[in-house]
Amino acid sequence: MEYSILILILPLISFLLLALAGNRMPHKVAGTIGTLSLLAATVTAYIVAGSYFGAGRNADGVFAEVMPYCITWLPLNETLSIDMGILLSPISAMMLIVITTVSLMVHIYSLGYMKGERGFQRYYAFLSLFTFSMLGLVVATNIFQMYIFWELVGVSSYLLIGFYYTKPAAIAASKKAFIVTRYADLFFLIGILIYGYYAGTFSFTPQSSMLVAAGGMVPLALLLMFIGGAGKSAMFPLHIWLPDAMEGPTPVSALIHAATMVVAGVFLVGRMFPLFIEYAPDVLRIIAYTGAFTALYAAIVACVQTDIKRVLAFSTISQIAFMMVSLGVCTSADPHEGGLGYMASMFHLFTHAMFKGLLFLGAGSIIHAVHSNEKSRMGGLWRYMPITHITFLIACLAIAGIPPFSGFFSKDEILVACYNFSTPMGIFMSVVAGMTAFYMFRLYYLIFWGKSHYKEQLALYNSGNLDHEPHKPHEAPITMTLPLIILAAITCVAGFIPFGEYISSNGHAYTIHLNTAVATSSVLIAISGILIATIMYSRGNSHITRFVNIVMRGPIKAAMHRFYIDEVWLFFTKKVIFNCISRPIAWFDRHIIDGSLDLIAKLTQRFATIVRPLQSGNVQSYCIYFLSGALAIVLILLYMNDF
Amino acid sequence: MLILSAVLFFIGVFGFFTRRNLVSLLICTELMLNAVDINFAVFNAYCYPNMLEGYVFSLFGIGIAAAETAVAIAIIINVYRNVHSIHIKRLTNLKH
Repeated sequence: MEYSILILILPLISFLLLALAGNRMPHKVAGTIGTLSLLAATVTAYIVAGSYFGAGRNADGVFAEVMPYCITWLPLNETLSIDMGILLSPISAMMLIVITTVSLMVHIYSLGYMKGERGFQRYYAFLSLFTFSMLGLVVATNIFQMYIFWELVGVSSYLLIGFYYTKPAAIAASKKAFIVTRYADLFFLIGILIYGYYAGTFSFTPQSSMLVAAGGMVPLALLLMFIGGAGKSAMFPLHIWLPDAMEGPTPVSALIHAATMVVAGVFLVGRMFPLFIEYAPDVLRIIAYTGAFTALYAAIVACVQTDIKRVLAFSTISQIAFMMVSLGVCTSADPHEGGLGYMASMFHLFTHAMFKGLLFLGAGSIIHAVHSNEKSRMGGLWRYMPITHITFLIACLAIAGIPPFSGFFSKDEILVACYNFSTPMGIFMSVVAGMTAFYMFRLYYLIFWGKSHYKEQLALYNSGNLDHEPHKPHEAPITMTLPLIILAAITCVAGFIPFGEYISSNGHAYTIHLNTAVATSSVLIAISGILIATIMYSRGNSHITRFVNIVMRGPIKAAMHRFYIDEVWLFFTKKVIFNCISRPIAWFDRHIIDGSLDLIAKLTQRFATIVRPLQSGNVQSYCIYFLSGALAIVLILLYMNDF
Repeated sequence: MLILSAVLFFIGVFGFFTRRNLVSLLICTELMLNAVDINFAVFNAYCYPNMLEGYVFSLFGIGIAAAETAVAIAIIINVYRNVHSIHIKRLTNLKH
């Protein structure tokens, strides 16, 4: 397992190489270096994961945690130290596969998507940096190392969202993403420090005596850590950064804001799961209710957005909320009685990463073809982009939860876990799952069916009402369609992976069995969601759509504006924080701190003006000063000798 | 002899403060140095007649005075080349 360090080192080397020498490379070389080094890392990750699971279970019947590297980096006292290393556990091995796979697909895809962009090498350097930090995050041996990589991930996300730095919207979005997640990370850091101070360790799996000593502080620390995770995973009300983050290049949205970084919060809760379940079940309930509300909220907003990437962003928020709910409804560590949610959450994380990556890459291919994010510029695209159409449809079916695609299996497990927790929760999440099917197929019909924007434009051009020939949509190049095909293939088969054999809440093998009642009802709900979308959107603007738009005008407008959550935050920051905290501090800084320093500087200057004329440049006057000084010293010495 | 040296020294000091010509200043410096040399010799002869340090020191003084004169003359010549004057009131470029 010593070679597992390669997974981290390869992207790091590629980042350094591209960042330091990238500007002198042609685009092709830079792209090849980034992609090849990631390919090597991917192969290593598969070998590591394969040999980890291949090594089999230990005497207790669980996959033991392996720590191939662990260096004491910063010893704080005898027991407390910050370590750096690599820790392999079932979920980190799974995350290694998810991250490297999606990242490799995005690297290949970007060769086509970003072709000829300015800053191509910079783009690949940042992608490598992101991959390095995300991999470091999942193999962290302790919570502090995780935090360090967590922040690195935040930085690379900031850099990539602001990749088109000449666009003011991109700059604003990158700042927003960074500040909102930083704000949440502050709570995370406080949580870590409380945990480290009271439990005397940063470990994920401390001895229980240490936690007993910490007593009531553990739930508090875990709650604060969850707030950090909620910031990264865009839980309500900290979700505001994710829709804006879509200003970045689309492959970046696929990698960071759909498949990997945003699930870091879920991973964090999954990582600390044994502590949550044993010491803070109340915090798990908070997680469940926050997640359930977020899932509903994001699903409603996703139903009315017009920018395709925004729809996908809200669907991401909603799906991550599903994972959070699934973790939150766990009541014990045994998957047979109340611990099913953990496995379901990790399973959904895995399948969601694949099909959401696919959806975003497909969206990128569409944007590439029509040069716009707005659905009004699309429509009728299935004729022009067959591969994108088929793969996008597969992903839509998967996210809607239609068998035999992967999303069905993982979402079904989540719903079963919810029903086990309480029936209202199960019904609630089933409804949200139905909304998922509705908004995804609304998006699908608006993009691929209905009136073709291109044909309308062409008719206008032929009748002489348009002065330029419209751009004909075209299928993407092979570098872009290949990742789509691979991810679609994974989406088709991933559901049949016996996931519970590898990952479950207490480590013991758990055989997934479909709950017929839940599975049937969820499929029926999903199909009815799809049917409603078909009736409303498959033929452009139907009468029913118009009718609904008129009847529901108020709610739709509110949902379009995301229920004014952004405005609430703006009011809170601009009016409350700026006026009550920032302005007095600024005044104190300008007038008291700067003022006292100014005073010292002014006094020195005054004094200098007084003594300056002494330096007249006249040698003889210097001599007189010298002589009088010497005489004075002699006189003083004589005078003192007299006593 | 001490009176002679004291008179010589203060003539030097007085000249150093009142003259405005660099060469005169140099001459005045020489006067002060010579007064010190005389002092060395006189104190050696009267206080420690069986020792030689004072004499040796005045020889040193003479030697250093010669070297110093050479350097000073060189400086004065260069000053004259650059500012076309050796009047000390004109050489105040280094003031504040």
